[in-house]
Amino acid sequence: MTTQRHNFDTQPFLLEELPPVARFSLRVRSANRGALEGALGLELPDLVGHRSTRGQAEVLCLGPDEWMILTPEADRDALVSVAASAYMQIPHSLVEVSDREITLRLSGPQALTALTAGCPRDIDAIPVGRGARTLFDNATVVLWRDGPQDFRMNVWRSFVPHVRAILDKVMAELKSGL
Amino acid sequence: MLLIQCPYCDEALPELEFAYAGEAHIARPADPSALSDEEWRDFLFIRTNTRGPHFERWRHIHGCGQFFNAVRDTVSDRFLMTYKAGEPRPVLNALEAAE
Ligand SMILES: [Zn+2]
Repeated sequence: MTTQRHNFDTQPFLLEELPPVARFSLRVRSANRGALEGALGLELPDLVGHRSTRGQAEVLCLGPDEWMILTPEADRDALVSVAASAYMQIPHSLVEVSDREITLRLSGPQALTALTAGCPRDIDAIPVGRGARTLFDNATVVLWRDGPQDFRMNVWRSFVPHVRAILDKVMAELKSGL
Repeated sequence: MLLIQCPYCDEALPELEFAYAGEAHIARPADPSALSDEEWRDFLFIRTNTRGPHFERWRHIHGCGQFFNAVRDTVSDRFLMTYKAGEPRPVLNALEAAE
């Protein structure tokens, strides 16, 4: 028989569904990246996983020619029209994907542990202030690490019940000290 | 878990984020209609089926989304190297000597 000291944390992590924001998928070839930065007034980091902010707009580099842009809903139309007027000079693709995804926020002492239940990637190796597109169980997600134990995760809306069901189970297990 | 070095993310990441995409360095014929049925069959279906170091395409589908090439030993499942799509096929002897 072994005795084990359990840490019955009442709230191992907090799972919140964040209010809607405008989300865009941006694709542009690297030769046109600099010009588009100027036109949009955004910084487009050229390293995968790196982020930038300009005012209330937030950018995450998902791939060598792909970025996710988050803006308040009020700024959506301005970004679309600025991009449209630059389109003839700077070919690119800006697609609004706001309704495709729901943002979950995981925070609290065991938020990182909860994510490791679904993510094969080494979550702790993601530096604070970076992000990544990765996998949670079988759902492709986009992850932002805002603090050591503070994450946002964009999940395609049809996968949200599945992802939440796993996180609910993880919550129960962590609460029971497993 | 097998880790695969993505040349675009510049990071070794879990195999589950990747998808295999067939043998590498098979160029699509410039003018398919000029090919005989046998030549077209060879392009579509005939592969080397190597025992040992195999040049193959992978896609970081649950990550940066990019296709890249890898040299993987089909016996040991060990990745010898990965490199960006479009880069020349590496010389195998140098790789084997480095092993
Ligand atoms: Zn990658």
